[in-house]
Amino acid sequence: MPEIRLDGLVKRYGNVQVLHGIDLAMHDNEFTALVGPSGCGKSTTLRMIAGLEGVSEGEIYIDDRPVSQLDPKDRGLAMVFQDYALYPHMDVARNISFALRLQKRPKAEIDAKVREVAEIVGLTDFLSRKPGALSGGQRQRVAMARALAKDSDIFLMDEPLSNLDAKLRGQMRAELAIMRQRVQKNMIYVTHDQIEAMTLADRIVVMHGGYIQQQGSPAELFKSPANKFVAGFLGSPPMNFLSSTLAMEGDTLFAKGQGFNIAIPAEKAKSLGRTDGAVTLGIRPSDLNHDPNAPDETALDLQVQVSEYIGAQSVLICACGSANVTVELKSETPIALNETLRFAVRPEAIHLFDDKTELAL
Amino acid sequence: MSTARANRITPYLFMAPAAVIMAIALLYPLGFMVYGSFRDWDPSQSIGETEFVGFKNYVTLWFDPAFRESLSVTLIFAFSVVTAEMILGVGLALLLDRNIRGMSLLRTLFILPMMIAPVVVGLMWRYMYHPTVGTFNRTLKSMGLEGVDWLGQHALLSVIIADIWQWTPFIFILALAALQSLPRSALEAARIDGATAWQQIIHIKLPLMMPVLVVTALLRLIDAFKVLEVILVMTEGGPGLSTEIVALRISRTATEFRELGTAAAMSNYLLILLLLFTIGMFTLTRLQEARAKRLARQIQEDE
Repeated sequence: MPEIRLDGLVKRYGNVQVLHGIDLAMHDNEFTALVGPSGCGKSTTLRMIAGLEGVSEGEIYIDDRPVSQLDPKDRGLAMVFQDYALYPHMDVARNISFALRLQKRPKAEIDAKVREVAEIVGLTDFLSRKPGALSGGQRQRVAMARALAKDSDIFLMDEPLSNLDAKLRGQMRAELAIMRQRVQKNMIYVTHDQIEAMTLADRIVVMHGGYIQQQGSPAELFKSPANKFVAGFLGSPPMNFLSSTLAMEGDTLFAKGQGFNIAIPAEKAKSLGRTDGAVTLGIRPSDLNHDPNAPDETALDLQVQVSEYIGAQSVLICACGSANVTVELKSETPIALNETLRFAVRPEAIHLFDDKTELAL
Repeated sequence: MSTARANRITPYLFMAPAAVIMAIALLYPLGFMVYGSFRDWDPSQSIGETEFVGFKNYVTLWFDPAFRESLSVTLIFAFSVVTAEMILGVGLALLLDRNIRGMSLLRTLFILPMMIAPVVVGLMWRYMYHPTVGTFNRTLKSMGLEGVDWLGQHALLSVIIADIWQWTPFIFILALAALQSLPRSALEAARIDGATAWQQIIHIKLPLMMPVLVVTALLRLIDAFKVLEVILVMTEGGPGLSTEIVALRISRTATEFRELGTAAAMSNYLLILLLLFTIGMFTLTRLQEARAKRLARQIQEDE
């Protein structure tokens, strides 16, 4: 199973540069998710790896072999498209076996392979149907089966679940995770949905504006985001950001803002290397716990503006000075709109970002 | 009148003008022609004065070598031009389906021949084919080659070439439109699946274009059976009967031979032939679909 390496990959359309030197290595048998908002260059990157887009500068290596000038068919990869890209005039079996038939493999081998992958994705009963007679979820499976049948070591997926409705998407995501355990391939998965990236990937590459913002395991990115963008992008509901100013009071460093003055843990304060100036305080909703007795230096007083009931939990959007803060709360907690509640901040979960560079401190 | 009843009638009311025009412009002449084909009819007579002769006109024609010759010329002409135009038109569409500078201008230039009136096309080609002052022979002679007897010995080939020149663009623009409406991602998937440019054409592009191509070929075939002006201007059916297509023979039977009944019967033969083609073509596609379904069921039962 090959290693894929991108070396200073640049893409320009005319005078517009959409990728600014992407350096990335995807290891053996690794599930990498390229994630970012629309227009961040993630799909372009994937399509360049696939060979569907030309490379303006830089090089793509598969097992140390430069491939940027090769045709897609010579790169040894399989791909699942967002709109499935099935061949409408072929039935499911022929869709799945197209690549094998082009390779002129023996018929018995092709039939066996079709049955094998159809079984993996649960399509055995639909082999003779045309794509037009299939539901969205089934088409998605055909696309997956077609890519699996190719037996290539690299498996590219371009937003494979985004055309499905929410419920089916959740189901397919789980099936994909199960398939992932059965199939040992180097997979690259493009999505704008951070939950897909978090649940499926071994490694997440967050992209924004044609640059890689950060890469690492889901836990690494979630716990120690490199900048404000990554912090805000990963996690649902997203991280809260509050403007604040650093100030020493006695031995303790405080982040002071409108309506709060929160102590920074000594260890974190030491690593900051500064004791004053404007910073952005970042706290995830999950790190805020309703606690009326919390001491002032670890508490936020929030005035409830909106309560979104979503079952066991409710999501509250609250005012903290002029900023909005999202928190999660057990639904049985009695609350009233405009009530002010006290939330304790887990000290080790405090994130600080430089106001200008937006980099994590 | 109740509202429900009025609502039911309204659509028919809206369709009525079109139906009336259809009846006057299409059904009446057609009926008139069918009626006339069973009568011995001279242009000097009104149709009421003519004598009913049953199937005599049809039978005479069936055994008339000149009509048979004319029919075979028409068949050869129609199938040759449609085959050549389909190959050239689809081929050009496949070649020109790309975004390069000046392509839209080229495409526009390309469809110009189609916009020229058939009589003008006929005249133009007649002059180009002229044995001594025509463009082709002058060019050949300037290169030191023998001139070709275009409208004499090779008259049928020459009119076929002219028709191909005029009507290939028709196939081209329809094929190009079909190509450009193909799903882009399916072609990308085929590239990743390992299809070469040829294999993409054979396995993906042509099959997906097929419904449009069948209809296009059918339209062209019907048109080619009725072609008149270009050949009338270029050769008047000659030399001998070598380029006398049925449409031309019909016109001559009616005007020169003054046999309106026979001309009407000839028109009906042509009509029947075209109807058979149309029905045949549609049956063929139906059969293919049915066979595909049956095969698919069998495969499923086998497993």
